[in-house]
Amino acid sequence: MIEVKDLTKKYGNFTAVRDVSFEVEKGEILGFLGPNAAGKTTTMRVLTCFMPATAGTARVAGFDTFSQSLDVRRRVGYLPENVPLYLDMRVRPYLEFIAKIKDIPSRDRKKAVNRVIELAALEEVEHRIVGHCSKGYRQRVGLAQALIHDPDVLILDEPTNGLDPKQINEVREVIKGLAGDHTIILSSHILPEVSKTCERVVIIDQGRIVAGDTPANLDAQLRGSQSISAQIRGPVSEVMDLLKEKDGVVDVKTRSSLGDGLWQYEIDVVPGRDLRSEVATSVVGSNWDLVELTTAGMSLEEIFLELTTQEEEGD
Amino acid sequence: MQGLLAIWGRELKAYFISPIFYALSTVFIFFISLMFFSFLQQYTQYFMQVAQYPTMMERININEMIMRPLFNTMSFVAVLIMMPMLTMRILSEEKKTGTIELLLTSPVRDWHVILGKFLAAFTLYTAMIGLTIIYPLVLQVYGDPDWDPIWAGYLGLVLLGGGVITIGLFASSLTENQIVAAVVCFGAALILWILDVVAESMTGTLGEVVGYLSVLRHYNTFEMGIIDSADCLFFLSFIFLGLFITVRSVESTRWRG
Repeated sequence: MIEVKDLTKKYGNFTAVRDVSFEVEKGEILGFLGPNAAGKTTTMRVLTCFMPATAGTARVAGFDTFSQSLDVRRRVGYLPENVPLYLDMRVRPYLEFIAKIKDIPSRDRKKAVNRVIELAALEEVEHRIVGHCSKGYRQRVGLAQALIHDPDVLILDEPTNGLDPKQINEVREVIKGLAGDHTIILSSHILPEVSKTCERVVIIDQGRIVAGDTPANLDAQLRGSQSISAQIRGPVSEVMDLLKEKDGVVDVKTRSSLGDGLWQYEIDVVPGRDLRSEVATSVVGSNWDLVELTTAGMSLEEIFLELTTQEEEGD
Repeated sequence: MQGLLAIWGRELKAYFISPIFYALSTVFIFFISLMFFSFLQQYTQYFMQVAQYPTMMERININEMIMRPLFNTMSFVAVLIMMPMLTMRILSEEKKTGTIELLLTSPVRDWHVILGKFLAAFTLYTAMIGLTIIYPLVLQVYGDPDWDPIWAGYLGLVLLGGGVITIGLFASSLTENQIVAAVVCFGAALILWILDVVAESMTGTLGEVVGYLSVLRHYNTFEMGIIDSADCLFFLSFIFLGLFITVRSVESTRWRG
């Protein structure tokens, strides 16, 4: 549905996006993850035909974003980071205006407006002036605006930005409900956001794609070793010796003293093995206190940090 | 086409929601009424003085003494002074609030967007100018003005206004600051205004070229009641050029981001 090939975009001397390539299948939700100023918005702007690329091509629904721009625009719904609202209009007339500029024929217009009002749950505010609506409603009006012409492709730039947790959940539900019929690209710098809604994640940093896979695969791929975190009360050196002798343990470190002889340990183990029960048995067998025992898997957040900081070191 | 009409309509409504149009048209009508009154006053005084000389009577002309100075005032107030204020928000506001991103990613061609906006400002300007039709109507009730030169004057005013709207549109496409847009538009229009004076101090071909570019020279023929196709063509190409460079300017912001 979306094919991006060797896309490069420069602003003067500054390269915002360099040689980015990726594909999105029909019906898929792709998460675009990266720190601020990584090139997410720029890539999206190229895909929505807001700006042409400096080099490379981008095709949406089989049409080239540069030479067949109007065809692409007819098939793409776009929610920019700054929700494009005319604050002095009322919600319904605003959506009617959008329906007109999105080329919806006059006989279908009312139906289209009603459909998105229902979809984005805007019934309560449809006669209110957009500028008087809360941030959550404005975001939903923006989403309604992107959906009004029932586009094949939806491009959402930080759709949950600035919302409270309840509103984030609501918007997330709406987006999830759209998957299947629509191909969606969603950007965010907040990780749980992406891992919860997206089937596939592309991590972009400083204009380059540094990783791209399902959240689970990324997790597995990057996790060199798994670690166990434990709080044990006992003589430190003896505890360390005992744990190090265990089969499958790679390394043991003390993290911090929690006072009263209680220490926080980090035990690195060979991937794929769960040593928690063995650790528990031997600690308790030595008459030490075991206060806490958890696995510390790498969260998407850590993967993200690891990838983006590696990139910085590389430069 | 549907997009063009939608943008035209929305833009018009936006003008009616914002106080700027009401403020401008009130000030405009108030000022023009004052001027009309004083021109009328001068005319009646002059009329009284020359009433006893029949030969002089033939020379005094209601069009020349009231409508022509009134057209002159209107061009100055409505076009030079007020147009920057009428057009300053037209694209810069969209740039500032980010709605330009919506327009430029919708299936509407760039020149439809620009043309829709131009038509909205043009409609309002024409309506504002149209209100002043009341003055020749007053003259019609109490006197006998010649209507042909009046129509010519209005045509000139509409064409002149259309040209300056495109300057405002272009200025507005350059910046997201409305005040900057207004100042740029005013400055550019002022230069076109004083070209007439500049041309007089120049000789030869250069003087002719500069004189040709002076909008006032072309407008003056309309004021005199003459519709010259050369002047019509001048203003039409002015409007076309203005729209063209505005579309180009919007396109270049796409490239620059």
